[in-house]
Amino acid sequence: MTNDKSPLQLISRGILSENPIFKLALSMCPAVGISTTVMNGILLGTAVLFVQVFSSVTISVFKNYIHPRIRIPTYTLTIATWVTVIDLVLAAYMPEAYAKMGIFVKLIVAFAIITMRLEMFACKESVNDSFWDGLGMGLGFMVGMVAIGLVRELLGSGAILGYDVLGFKPLLFFILPSAGFFVVGLMMAFFNWIEIYYKRRRGVQ
Amino acid sequence: MILDMSKRLILAALFVWLAPSFALAEGIIADQTFKAANEIVVTFAAPVDRAVVEEVNNYTVFEEPDPDIRLVLQQVALAGDGRTASLFFTEPLNTATTHVVRIRGLVGGETTFKVSKSYFGYLFGILISALLINNFVFTKYLGLCVFFGTSKKKTTAKGMGVVFTIVAVVSASMSWFLYNFVLIPFDLNFLQIVVFIGLTSLTVQAVDTILRKVNPVLFNSFGVFLVLVIANCVIIAIPLIMAGNGYNFFETFMLAIGAGGGFLLALYLMSSVSERLQLAKIPPTYKGLPIAFIVAGQFAMAFLGFSGLQLF
Repeated sequence: MTNDKSPLQLISRGILSENPIFKLALSMCPAVGISTTVMNGILLGTAVLFVQVFSSVTISVFKNYIHPRIRIPTYTLTIATWVTVIDLVLAAYMPEAYAKMGIFVKLIVAFAIITMRLEMFACKESVNDSFWDGLGMGLGFMVGMVAIGLVRELLGSGAILGYDVLGFKPLLFFILPSAGFFVVGLMMAFFNWIEIYYKRRRGVQ
Repeated sequence: MILDMSKRLILAALFVWLAPSFALAEGIIADQTFKAANEIVVTFAAPVDRAVVEEVNNYTVFEEPDPDIRLVLQQVALAGDGRTASLFFTEPLNTATTHVVRIRGLVGGETTFKVSKSYFGYLFGILISALLINNFVFTKYLGLCVFFGTSKKKTTAKGMGVVFTIVAVVSASMSWFLYNFVLIPFDLNFLQIVVFIGLTSLTVQAVDTILRKVNPVLFNSFGVFLVLVIANCVIIAIPLIMAGNGYNFFETFMLAIGAGGGFLLALYLMSSVSERLQLAKIPPTYKGLPIAFIVAGQFAMAFLGFSGLQLF
């Protein structure tokens, strides 16, 4: 079990085997709603990373003082505090990007992934491990958002991060708001296909 | 002429006394409504001077909240009877807000009146908007975790939708009171998120306790959904939208009912499809969530058809 807790493995678990978006299918709202560009993904990913890391560390520090019966309200209020911090910081220093993300920054407070990590991990483990776990989960969310944003921006407007890459627009449909559902569905199916393909190959050997 | 004037003044006084809502119409305006997207129709109490009414420069039109932003009139057409004037604007009007129209040169200097939709129509508009046009699931993409989790069976979908609507209405009403009587007077606006999420979990806990004592049978069938309500971003989005738009109590109430009803509608539609999908042959890579997402995408495209829907 000690091997399981090395920082690198905790991070890779968040990004790969327990990716919040593609594997756990939690916090889907922004993945569908504002994943039209890579930049949106990076910004919201950073916000979630910040909230996840700081909430995990806070709960981990105070885990011995929290009565088990009121742990869920405590988690919620801790998350709400950190969301308020990042909300005010973004509104003050990046007003344009903040306006683009709209209500989603405030809604980080209701993301199931953060509460889940606090309940499953931070309330039992040490501060150090909680930090790496939070970092892994936050990065996993960011990677998922950026991956969806990449597909939608590249296929929808032929650009990456606003720079024109392809020179033409292959599928304008992907940039439309309702295409978010299709893109996420197709990407999930793609990852399933890879998994099934590898399992079959291993079975043959 | 003077007699006519005084008669009109008496009439105006009577009119003002009888109908305070028309106080600004000063008697000469009998009726005013929005017609097409960029048209206001004014009916005068008596035939008016064509030269004055049809001169665009005699008008000052603005939305009540922003008196500095003047709306540009394209033309004014007076009907044959000399009493009905149609004001055409260069850009579509935002019919949800009250518009103030000022005419110079009519009877005794300036005539000012307000144009707005009827209040019940406006409230109903908020309801329809939250229910269909801006459906929280299919056009705002909120509450998806719970949406995909509980839309497998029709009974589950109905239970979740009803419980969600009840909690949404109660928590939105409480949030409105707290927001208007505590947060605003004491300048604690930055505590919005903490207060709203706290109130919501409090409501869920209260409904849980009350339902358990009052109706244990209902609790047995609906109790499991209560925990899920708190994980739904729609429930926290409602008070945030209320605070952002400065809604009054009735508007908040309508928004909460519309959001809850819209969620119920979305869940029911999705669960009907899911029940059929269980009988269909789906490729193994698409089993489970991927196919659910693609079905939801098709619903989202269908709901785009509601945009621009206006009943009043």
